[in-house]
Amino acid sequence: MSPVTRRTVHSAGVDLAVFEQGDPAAPTVLLVHGYPDTHRVWDDVAEDLAADHHVVRYDVRGAGESSVPAGRAEYRLELLAADLFAVADAVSPDRPVHVVAHDWGSLQSWEAVTEPGAERRLASYTTMSGPCLDHMGHWIRYRLRRPTPRHLRQLLVQGAHSWYITAFHLPFLAPAGWRLGLARAWPRVLRDLEGVRPRAGHPQPTIRQDAVRGIELYRANMRPTLRNPRERHTEVPVQLITLRRDHYVSPFLSEGLERWVPRLTRRELNATHWSALLEQGPVVAGLVREFTARIESTGQPPAPGEKLVVITGAGSGIGRATALAFGEQGATVVVCDLDQVAAERTAELVTLVGGAGHAYRVDVSDGAAMDAFAQQVATEHGVPDVLVNNAGIGHSGTFLQTTEKEWQRVLDVNLWGVIHGCRAFGALMVARGRGGHIVNLASAAAYLPSKVLAAYATSKAAVLMLSDCLRAELADSGIGVSAICPGIVNTNITRTSTFSGLSASEQTAKQDRAARLYARRGFPPEKVAAEIVKAVRTGKPVVPVTVEAKLARWAGRISPGLLRRAARINAG
Amino acid sequence: MAFDYSAADLDRFREVQQLAYHCAEQVAAWIEPGVTERQATQKLCRCLVAEGVDDFFHVPFAWFGDRTAFRHFHTPLQFFAGSRVLQEGMPYVLDCAPVVDGYTADIGYGGKVGANPVWDRLAQDLKVYRELILREVRARRPLDEVYAAVDAQLAAHGYDNRHQVYPGRVIGHQVTRNTSRAPKGVNLFGFGLRTLQTLGRELISERLHGRSPLWADGRASRHAPTPGLWAVEPHIGFREVGIKFEELLVVTEDEAYWLDDDLPHVRRWTSLEEAAA
Repeated sequence: MSPVTRRTVHSAGVDLAVFEQGDPAAPTVLLVHGYPDTHRVWDDVAEDLAADHHVVRYDVRGAGESSVPAGRAEYRLELLAADLFAVADAVSPDRPVHVVAHDWGSLQSWEAVTEPGAERRLASYTTMSGPCLDHMGHWIRYRLRRPTPRHLRQLLVQGAHSWYITAFHLPFLAPAGWRLGLARAWPRVLRDLEGVRPRAGHPQPTIRQDAVRGIELYRANMRPTLRNPRERHTEVPVQLITLRRDHYVSPFLSEGLERWVPRLTRRELNATHWSALLEQGPVVAGLVREFTARIESTGQPPAPGEKLVVITGAGSGIGRATALAFGEQGATVVVCDLDQVAAERTAELVTLVGGAGHAYRVDVSDGAAMDAFAQQVATEHGVPDVLVNNAGIGHSGTFLQTTEKEWQRVLDVNLWGVIHGCRAFGALMVARGRGGHIVNLASAAAYLPSKVLAAYATSKAAVLMLSDCLRAELADSGIGVSAICPGIVNTNITRTSTFSGLSASEQTAKQDRAARLYARRGFPPEKVAAEIVKAVRTGKPVVPVTVEAKLARWAGRISPGLLRRAARINAG
Repeated sequence: MAFDYSAADLDRFREVQQLAYHCAEQVAAWIEPGVTERQATQKLCRCLVAEGVDDFFHVPFAWFGDRTAFRHFHTPLQFFAGSRVLQEGMPYVLDCAPVVDGYTADIGYGGKVGANPVWDRLAQDLKVYRELILREVRARRPLDEVYAAVDAQLAAHGYDNRHQVYPGRVIGHQVTRNTSRAPKGVNLFGFGLRTLQTLGRELISERLHGRSPLWADGRASRHAPTPGLWAVEPHIGFREVGIKFEELLVVTEDEAYWLDDDLPHVRRWTSLEEAAA
């Protein structure tokens, strides 16, 4: 453990206990704790960050080793923000600091960050579980003025989650609760409700007095600020880490935050209010490190489209179009294909349109190769935010015509390729804990039976069901799963499609015919790519693309019998 | 049909083509942000007439920005020069077809103002198509198969076939010495009256031989390259950027070659290669 030095900083009538560790010459991160914690809640995060940062923590006024202000008025946000600036000036007088805050620490840091000219002293701000009270006031007003069902639901849900705030405003009740047992029960609360394993030294021995005094934070600030919210903008780059299982702060509270914070980066973490810091400290430290490094090196936060995207079968068709669509948004795209040259060309085009492309030759039907590929991607580029299992082959033939070998080939690529992709990368995405999205390319054939597409339609139906099951499994990890069901799209899948029971020349003739039909239909792969990008943004579970795919889906619901009859048509 | 142009005829065709490219380069040197397509075609027209051009195979065209890739083209009227204003970083294409004494040229000139990395890449890759088309025609492959080979190369590059937007989806068309007596300088739907008359005659006479003076991907082009002169215009696009060249390909009974290699796009490739070497 790196040595921690303590100093005292005087600010607006109180003495603040400040704790420093790490190399003072490195960029400074200032960690601000919430209620009812002290600087000790950051132990894991600080330890991790100290490797390459100058880490500074302090006990906010009234908590831990800092002195206690005289009255309620001394807990106003202006003073709390002044404390933050005082500490920043003391520990890093010449260089702006990176602020990281949680819970009430986040509320008071927002006050500092939205102070005019804050960008001169604060290099960046990473916030968890604590909105700006002024933004919150506007958020409530906006919803009350436009009481749509969705807005009303949001107000009710957040209201229900904020019950304790009301309780904290009642005389005697809250302090008595803490004194009479809640402080003693706190480890159990954390364990049972927050998923935090009990550990020595936490909660801090001073929790009872910290919790009781900290109630003044609520009483001094909540009502006045929410009632008369100010217009608070900031130029400081802000990284908002939404905790998916937070019991107190709902994810939708940050809707529209871009209005106040133009340079906003959104991240997600699969954690509860406290488990983020106490169980997933290194993950939080990793997010902070990524952000501060970026700001230190370029001065600019990452653009919203800067994701790591892995796409299989991206040497042509929908895969290539999808790679370009993500590339245009500034994503780093890892392209894999059986055809190395085609993959490299896609990677080159991705770079040309503003992203960063990397090409690999991988056979998706080879499980071991996919595992190795996933590991390689993780070491060379990191864990992907988006995985698109696109690689697939076409095959036409009735059930009795299709040989065992053909069945195997179709299932190996179309189904096993998706399974291997989801397994290899899904495990990495879950382990990272920052959510993500998996897109599987099914087909309209997944729900549109045809006697001449026995193997192909079967493989795609399996992909659709696999996606449904996987979506349920990964929902808790914040990983969305979308199945895309395109109809007839003009790609070279027709050029590589095989047909059962035909001679080589008949095959070529059929391929040409299919290619001409697909070309005449003229639906470009770029439109599918746009739907994929949209599905990643909105999390839409099943996305039929093209009119025929949508109609078939409806027909299958209205009259399954109709589709069963249509399946008998020889469409090959 | 036999190849019936003398060396002197070919020289005249080459001169007109040089003249056309020379004028396009003059316009390219003059063009700058703020200019509209219509102003560019007017300038091109004036320049050509000043050089002694007496008729046009078709009226000059200019396309700016995403119009170089024919994005959102729904009617043939959209081919005509419009009020699009050139802006910094935009690509542009000039296309003109001057006639001097019946000798016709039909050229396409792609350019850009300011920096445009996508255009640079396309301009470089265009070389592949010039070589591919010549190789395929020399092998006397049917014209529709040459068209398909270009399409396959486009797919490999990840580009779009934009010549399919031209009327008839043509990648090229035959050019003959224009001997029509229709009035000069009159145009109908953008094509010179003399062009229409000559082309109409060609369409009918070639049809009788099971061939077409238009080179596309349909059944009509399922024949070996007809001896004569072909204006070949592969037009490739990627996202909002399109580029083309158009020049005359000489096809004799047993040989094929580009009429002239001393053209702006060829010189650009040569200088790029020299810079890389």
